[in-house]
Amino acid sequence: MIISVIIVFAFLGSILITIIRNGWPAMSWEMITQLPGGGFYIGKEGGVLNAIVGSLYIVGASTVLGLLISIPIVFYINIYLKKDSKLSNITRLSFDVLYGIPSIVYGAFGFTIMIFLGLRTSLLGGIIVITLLIIPIFVRSMDEVARQLPKHLLEATYSLGATRYETIKVAIRQIAPGIATATLLSIGRAIGDAAGVMFTAGFTDSIPTSLDQPAATLPLAIFFQLSSPLPEVRERAYAAALLLTLIVLILSIIGRMITHRFSKNKIK
Amino acid sequence: MMEKEKSTFSQILGYFIPTNRQEEVSLSEEDGRTGDAVIQIENLNVYIQDSHILKNINLTLYDKKITCIIGPSGCGKTTLLRSINRMIDTTEHLRVEGRVLVSGEDIYEHKAEITHIRKKIGLLSQRPTPLPMSIYDNITYGCRIHGVRNRKVLDATVEKYLKNVNLWDEVKDRLHSPASALSIGQQQRLCLARGLAVEPQFILADESTSALDPISSKHIEDLFSKLRERYGIIMVTHTLRQALRIADYAVFMYMGEVIEQGTAEEVFKNPQNELTKQYLSGVFS
Repeated sequence: MIISVIIVFAFLGSILITIIRNGWPAMSWEMITQLPGGGFYIGKEGGVLNAIVGSLYIVGASTVLGLLISIPIVFYINIYLKKDSKLSNITRLSFDVLYGIPSIVYGAFGFTIMIFLGLRTSLLGGIIVITLLIIPIFVRSMDEVARQLPKHLLEATYSLGATRYETIKVAIRQIAPGIATATLLSIGRAIGDAAGVMFTAGFTDSIPTSLDQPAATLPLAIFFQLSSPLPEVRERAYAAALLLTLIVLILSIIGRMITHRFSKNKIK
Repeated sequence: MMEKEKSTFSQILGYFIPTNRQEEVSLSEEDGRTGDAVIQIENLNVYIQDSHILKNINLTLYDKKITCIIGPSGCGKTTLLRSINRMIDTTEHLRVEGRVLVSGEDIYEHKAEITHIRKKIGLLSQRPTPLPMSIYDNITYGCRIHGVRNRKVLDATVEKYLKNVNLWDEVKDRLHSPASALSIGQQQRLCLARGLAVEPQFILADESTSALDPISSKHIEDLFSKLRERYGIIMVTHTLRQALRIADYAVFMYMGEVIEQGTAEEVFKNPQNELTKQYLSGVFS
């Protein structure tokens, strides 16, 4: 057991060391606050602000959309449907399958739909695909917690004359920590996904100002720069990776704090 | 219907009348309660999957009395209790035949409103079940879902019912801390207060003292004796001594049937049926 823990830490440590050692020289205020300038990709001035903002836009919007869609699903299969109902089993199975589908397939699927609708690569396309990508993560991880909802808790609210809808409002408080964890997992997956956004959100050097403009993302910024023959550009790829890791770290810490706040009232 | 009108009325009063009148408002409400409400169970049969759990139950349960349902484990006591407020609906593969009349209203009728029935008949379960929120919100939850929003009315309700269950002095300084932080005995009293706050006519208690320590359990028992002045209490208990102490009426069940029923005096002192005699004398339990 200790060995596996050590291995995990070794992995995490070596990843961090690699991106810090390679990326630190290219890390600068410019990197975070500027758009790519002319000739950025051959090592001239500029930063990856476009990718940072693009990533945050896509992650923010798809997390909100994902929550709005998956919370009703979770409560429907756990509170409205009977325990051994066929529909809930089929739903769970479907989400298991969706969970396992690689994001490039989502990307290709999204791309087909966009062609069908006549959309070009855009922020909207990226948001839709990432939302589809994270809904299974949301549903499966929240479902695990919702299944553990104590039966007596639900009965307590029913016996006060609550409807099922009113009961959900209580249940949501009980599983709030689970929702926060699910959100963290989803954000982690959404922000790091390159394949899903490659065809759908595209890439651009500017910050999108409307939903139908293409948007850059950090994973793609890493991807493009890492494939450059110039060492300075490759360094910037590591710097972008470092930024991505920092963003995930910050979001996780915020998430933990929120979880802690929410779990105050939880019944053990 | 009357209840609903009354609560809106008191709500409006609560809104206009400053807090010192609050007490009067709630008192007049108490006096307005109908005294002769009963629960009448007629030919009740309950099947779960293929097993016949309750067999032809005929019972009358009175308001402002404590009725104890006794009997060996697995005899259907809890199922009977749960069929009185339709909590049994959550059971799967269920079939119910017969009628349960609460003040003349058949709760198994198709158009019966479950939330309304459950509001009239509170349930105190075996283990305390606080809701995942603060003490204050636990009490007001029931009121809120039944439409009471006024802050002053809610405050008064919290104080009144916490005092009713002798919990006020222990928690008045931490009303907004989580209910899960209370001791288990306090939690059970909180749950009782929460049930009372929606102003039921009957309280169903399903072995409500069995998970508690002797002192907390005595607390609850004393509360029941006090509350009988205003509510009909139907309790399932495993402790014969408890039943002897507080019951006005007793019902003995065995294998899904009511074997004997009557006043506590009749059933405990002078049982007619052989099975009841054996159970009471401890031949089986």
